[in-house]
Amino acid sequence: MDEKPLIELSEVTKVYSLPSGDVTALDRVSLTIMEGEFVAIMGPSGSGKSTLLNQMGCLDRPTSGDLYIHGRNTREMNDRELTDLRLNTIGYIFQKFNLIPLLTAYENVEYPYLMKHRKPDDTGQVDSLLGMVGIDRALAAHKPPELSGGQQQRVAVARALINDPMLLLCDEPTGNLDSVTGHQIMDMLTDLNKKGRTILMVTHDAEVAKFARRTIVMRDGRMT
Amino acid sequence: MKDVILQLSLRSIRIHFLRSVLAALGIVIGVVAISSMGMMGANMTLSVTEELSDMANIVVITASSGNGGFSGGPGGSMRGGGSGDEEEKISEDEFKDIQKVAEKYGLVYVIYSESDTIEVGDREGRSTIYGLEDEVMHELFTVTNGTYPKSTNSVMIGPTLADRYDLKIGSKIDIGDEEEGTTTVRVVGILDERGMSMDINSDSAIIGSQKLFTGIYGGEGEYDQVNLILNDVNDSAKAKTEILERMNKKEDTVNVQDSSRMLESITSTLSTMTTFVMAIAGISLLVAATSIFNVMMMSVTERVREIGIMRSIGTQKSEVMKMFIYEAVILGVIGAIIGAILSLAIGWIVVLAMVGSTDYFFSPGSIVYIPSAMLVGIVICVVSGVYPAWRASNLDPIEALRAE
Repeated sequence: MDEKPLIELSEVTKVYSLPSGDVTALDRVSLTIMEGEFVAIMGPSGSGKSTLLNQMGCLDRPTSGDLYIHGRNTREMNDRELTDLRLNTIGYIFQKFNLIPLLTAYENVEYPYLMKHRKPDDTGQVDSLLGMVGIDRALAAHKPPELSGGQQQRVAVARALINDPMLLLCDEPTGNLDSVTGHQIMDMLTDLNKKGRTILMVTHDAEVAKFARRTIVMRDGRMT
Repeated sequence: MKDVILQLSLRSIRIHFLRSVLAALGIVIGVVAISSMGMMGANMTLSVTEELSDMANIVVITASSGNGGFSGGPGGSMRGGGSGDEEEKISEDEFKDIQKVAEKYGLVYVIYSESDTIEVGDREGRSTIYGLEDEVMHELFTVTNGTYPKSTNSVMIGPTLADRYDLKIGSKIDIGDEEEGTTTVRVVGILDERGMSMDINSDSAIIGSQKLFTGIYGGEGEYDQVNLILNDVNDSAKAKTEILERMNKKEDTVNVQDSSRMLESITSTLSTMTTFVMAIAGISLLVAATSIFNVMMMSVTERVREIGIMRSIGTQKSEVMKMFIYEAVILGVIGAIIGAILSLAIGWIVVLAMVGSTDYFFSPGSIVYIPSAMLVGIVICVVSGVYPAWRASNLDPIEALRAE
């Protein structure tokens, strides 16, 4: 396995200013994620694990400290470049699936492809990914509210993979699923990791964390 | 390219169909109001211009107010007795000078005129009394009933005056008031309706010979007005310049008015009126803008989470902005197209009701208001959509994802 660092955090601090006072969600976190790793981030609610994932997903910027992705400091990148990074390098899987309700399952998977290539998928990638996650053509024509939670999460996994990202960020990917479906999704992620994808997963479920090969535990904004 | 952003806008409009229809309806009403009012104004201007250009062949020369010395001069003692004013007059010599330069352009003639009290039986009123040469009377007027005046105490009258006082051939009119002495004249002819004109407004007037006029008011050779009836309407400006050059060398003795000025001023009055009415109609577009703005803001608020998802999976700010601008443009274009179709029908009715004729409805000057109003409608839609779109594109992705 290649041992190049994919993500490096150096003294990353995130402070939220609330009317009741400043809240330090991340407190000088330093961390390196190597290419090909499968890391679980655990910790109680409010420990800063989702904040950490959002930092690594370039959805948010650190209050202080530096975050490097592929050796590039995200502090020096503008919104357009960060958005491009989310489109091309990062795949996000959310607890609440977060599919676009106006689009069908097929269109949801095709959406990042269209954003990247500016043309419809004529390579069959959307179909093959949907096939891989077990969504057939008939189901793919439905809009998200017409699908079950498990089906929606499968579509979300397919969507996260469509632009062949190096990094998969999963925020409680099984949190809204029954145990059987949850297990299927975890098997899918394990399989993807075996094929070389770096996976970072936030979970509070120790059973789920067992699928990862390294576990980071967060408490009060710090790594323990 | 399959524009997924456009698809999203279209689907959002379809899902919120009623709301979108109501917003577009505002634009429909605005476009119809602006284009109907604009077309009404244009049709009014065009038909008035057409009517006026029939009498555009008249050049009117009056004494300049700077031309002192003549009024109240010898023989002028009685003039203006009716109103007591000190109007400037054109002298016989001046008339001859004018005639020298203006003759080649058409008929040059003089007018005596005075507004005075008249009495028909027991009824009193006022009228304008004109004194004209016999041949000029024949040239200018058509008598529908009776003949042209042949003696100094016979007159012709306009049809409006005849109606008002129930005058017939042979009726008697007393001109002047009792203090200064009255002159009784007899109606020998009733004129055809002539309408408003620059030279003589004969419909409510009494027209007699020059002798009759100077007999009552004196002031022989002191004319109120010299008129030139052009053979070719295009000579208007040239004739005016030549007369002014000749007459006003040293000081301003005369004013020359050609009807192009009057036409211009009437057209400009009408166009001011049109602009005013359109501005009122424009208020409906402002209301429409508010409604579009409201719909777009609601659309943004309802789709905060969707915007968060789009941003988190790599949609640029500009694309989110485009999605909402598209929505506004689609509403605007649909509203404008329906508005344009309705404008043809409603504009036709308005023009027919207000102008009385739709002869100019499809002329370019009138029909141009439809595409213009459409453009204004669409632009207003886009402008009202800009802020909501900008707000949507600048939402913080994390905050947006948290929204329920």
